[in-house]
Amino acid sequence: MIWNEKMECMDLEDLKNIQSERLKDIAEYVYQNNPVYKKKFDAAGIKPWEIKSIDDIKKLPFTVKEDLRDNYPFGLFSVQPKNLAEIHVSSGTTGNPTVVGYTKEDLKLWGEVMARAFCCAGAVPHDLIQIAYGYGLFTGGLGAHYGAMEMGLVIIPASSGQTKRQLKIMNDFKPRILACTPSYAMYMAEEAKELGLKPRDSSWKIGVFGAEPWSEAMRKEIENTWNMLATDIYGLSEIIGPGVAQECTHKTGLHLFSDVFYPEIIDPKTGHQVKEGNKGELVITTLTKRGIPLIRYRTRDIVSIKYEKCKCGRTSPRISKISGRTDDMIIVRGINVFPSQIEHVLLGIEGTLPHYQLIVDRRANELDELEVWVEVDQKIFSDEIKQLRAFEDKIKKEIDSVLGVYVKVKLVEPKTIARSEGKAKRVVDKRVL
Amino acid sequence: MKLTQISIFLENRKGRLFDVCSLLGKNKVNIRALTVAESEQFGILRIVVDKPEATAALLKKHGFVASLTDIVAVEVADKPGGLADILKVLSVSDINVEYMYGFVERKSDKAILVFRFDEPDKAIVLLKKKKIKVIGRKEIGDL
Ligand SMILES: [Zn+2]
Repeated sequence: MIWNEKMECMDLEDLKNIQSERLKDIAEYVYQNNPVYKKKFDAAGIKPWEIKSIDDIKKLPFTVKEDLRDNYPFGLFSVQPKNLAEIHVSSGTTGNPTVVGYTKEDLKLWGEVMARAFCCAGAVPHDLIQIAYGYGLFTGGLGAHYGAMEMGLVIIPASSGQTKRQLKIMNDFKPRILACTPSYAMYMAEEAKELGLKPRDSSWKIGVFGAEPWSEAMRKEIENTWNMLATDIYGLSEIIGPGVAQECTHKTGLHLFSDVFYPEIIDPKTGHQVKEGNKGELVITTLTKRGIPLIRYRTRDIVSIKYEKCKCGRTSPRISKISGRTDDMIIVRGINVFPSQIEHVLLGIEGTLPHYQLIVDRRANELDELEVWVEVDQKIFSDEIKQLRAFEDKIKKEIDSVLGVYVKVKLVEPKTIARSEGKAKRVVDKRVL
Repeated sequence: MKLTQISIFLENRKGRLFDVCSLLGKNKVNIRALTVAESEQFGILRIVVDKPEATAALLKKHGFVASLTDIVAVEVADKPGGLADILKVLSVSDINVEYMYGFVERKSDKAILVFRFDEPDKAIVLLKKKKIKVIGRKEIGDL
């Protein structure tokens, strides 16, 4: 089933006309309602009324994550905060978190694209869905919730964690759809086996997995273990949250809902669009959002895109799975972590920055693990084990409270962390993604 | 009468203890006492040597993190209850023992206890008052 056949299967010429109209509108809208954008447009020497078609988008300036932070909290919004319906916040690098807000219309849009996503994955109205994404400030849980509501699914808002209870819910209520991070799906399989359950007999037949990068190998493993179809969903809170793109049952790329989120793939160095099929940075313009519309937002995610019609009938372009980042962000258990955030914490504790390194690993059937290696120097060193332990604990607690992510801390000897050109490599990602 | 101990940070990796000992051996440093305190991930090697300052400098030069700590070494009297006597003195005082370890002196076969106190000077006065033999720096060099 296709949720919005008109928009998702539209003739490409018609789609382009709609995108052009919408771009003109949104450019005008942000120019009139947001001083930051007015300044940006003026600096780039472009007036909104000079935008004639979607092809003119390249004349518009980019928006980057720092723009959101620098204008914290509401500086990039195009409506008064009192006219918002919902606000979400994600942790910040060095102080300011990233705030996004939704008007009522934006929430409707969110429900719409998530409904498209669930349908795309094979859900039909009246299916039971277990939403095991975290509810709260994280956009995963509520985004999935609104979409499920929009398309008439029966929602079990389980949120994340409490694995035994998740499994009991699955066993007792028999939901056909599971929405969570792929690593949590793997983790639950292990727990199920330990409890003597047979994952292959589970009621889950469709998985909508996202919020972190994952590989084809992991897909195979999830599908074999749970005997289900595992699909990939893409999104980011700056754009809307989950629901930007979603795989259909053919699993040949993620359909990006380009009538509302206009994608460009650019060379991150030059800013120019790359040839179709080539890898580059995904840039998205929200064509219809009202609360915090973003023009040419640099996602930092590396993908490729193809525009040919899919076997499923959809004409919405398909992006590849995320193959990397243009920055050093890592995603651990669905949480975005920048080394600079960890750096900030260490600096706060010590006053000076010790040499450190982040090791990310995902052992078979386990959740992602983030280990922070800190080189012990004369200043940190204490003759007593309990002092060093306390130092480890302090780092752990501080990172948990700032980033909301549990880490392991390992104290290492000086010069343990490899340096190249005098600079330590900050992230070692051992996960097979 | 305080002695100086060297504490060295070591990761729990194979061969690290050997690395330290062979470095000291090559440089003709005599290790009088040695103990390792461990957590799962790392350990602290504590050694008593004849030339603590020079040895600490040597270790640092070779990339180890090392610090000097004041400790108090006492001789355990060669009679039944010798150890208990010492511990009793301390247990009724308000001096805190951060950690302790023992070793046997080579020539005389005497048992020696090493203490890390929060207030070493106060502890020395107290121990001496109770006729417990506190070992000085010169004696440790001679051991
Ligand atoms: Zn398709």
